[in-house]
Amino acid sequence: MADTMQVELVSPDRLLASVEAEKVMLPGADGDFTAMPGHVPVVTSLSPGAIVIVNGSEETEYLIAGGFAEVSGAGISVLAEFASLRSEATPEMFASSLEAAEKSLDGLEKDELAEATRRYGNLKMMIETLGRAA
Amino acid sequence: MPSLKDLKVRINSVKSTRKITKAMQMVAAAKLRRAQEAAEASRPYAERMTTVLSNIASGNRDNPEAPQLLRGTGSDQRQLLVVCTAERGLCGGFNSSIVRRARVDITRLTAEGKDVKILCVGRKGREQLRRDYGHLFVDSITFEGLKRMSYTQAEQVASPVLSAFASDEYDVVTLYYSEFKSVIAQEPQALQIIPASFEPVDGDAAAGSNSTYEYEPDENALLADLLPKNITVQIYRALLENAASEQGARMSAMDNATRNAGEMVDKLTLQYNRSRQAAITSELIEIISGAEALNG
Repeated sequence: MADTMQVELVSPDRLLASVEAEKVMLPGADGDFTAMPGHVPVVTSLSPGAIVIVNGSEETEYLIAGGFAEVSGAGISVLAEFASLRSEATPEMFASSLEAAEKSLDGLEKDELAEATRRYGNLKMMIETLGRAA
Repeated sequence: MPSLKDLKVRINSVKSTRKITKAMQMVAAAKLRRAQEAAEASRPYAERMTTVLSNIASGNRDNPEAPQLLRGTGSDQRQLLVVCTAERGLCGGFNSSIVRRARVDITRLTAEGKDVKILCVGRKGREQLRRDYGHLFVDSITFEGLKRMSYTQAEQVASPVLSAFASDEYDVVTLYYSEFKSVIAQEPQALQIIPASFEPVDGDAAAGSNSTYEYEPDENALLADLLPKNITVQIYRALLENAASEQGARMSAMDNATRNAGEMVDKLTLQYNRSRQAAITSELIEIISGAEALNG
């Protein structure tokens, strides 16, 4: 089993990261999980939250506003609608995503509503945390 | 025969036109590079998206529970044509060729008795289509004064399309834009975005990865989540391709214009010099013959 795997983080605008990593922590739709080399192939949608890419003692943290990830034997591709380095992120960056999430709450039924509310909650929490840190 | 002064004025006016077209060409060249970079930067995302989606979709096309965005509504009666053009002219046949492509389809679809509606993106397309097909417009979106296309603009176009589809207003949505082949070649394209069509994955990739994935949440939920995103990404890609094509077309159009203006200046200068010389000669003849007459 390989010790590292290829991790790619892309947003519609650009390729944010393409690195080797030992493990990656992802905010999956059904709960956070950590992927390591040899992880079962999975396609999952992601909630708004933080992605941590770990390689040795190096940790890089990115914030995303949702998206999805494809984990395969060869590596991980994360497709985020909006992504930014944690250190460069500002609450304003996510304001439009929050607005969109809030709007999407209208007219949803039980299950979808619960899901959308959770997304909304995550985003809001993320923005507040960022706001405090700034 | 124009007078010397008229010629001088014309030469100067053509010269300043040449300056303007030259400047526009250089601006377009700079913008083209940026547009191309943006188009390239967006490619990895779009490619991954397509791979993942076609993996899931290939197994689910006949699944009756799959989202309508994939399956279609089972009819092709109500068509929406999204025509993407530029905001500005002076770029050769760029806008016209997209509009022409769309017109062909509008005529064909109307002849087949389909209900055609048009959504215009970009000011130029709206202007060209308004006279003949104004009654088919549902809306038009313009990005006037916008410096750079971003994902937000794609969402702006995608969201009304998606919500109209969700409320069952259309069966088929087709996107018209111009694909950037090279600076001198841009090809108008028609791309059907709803129902989604995916090219089958190549043998290797399909065999290796197809059914081995786990899906979280389940496949249909994932499809329902991804398909609208894919529409937005497709529109985003079309907008970026369009932006690059527009600058490419403008660049070559302005290059032509600059060259033509140069030729014009040469021709006029020749004419100017000739008439100047003719004037001098005739003046000389007058003086000499005057002097001859006095001496005589």
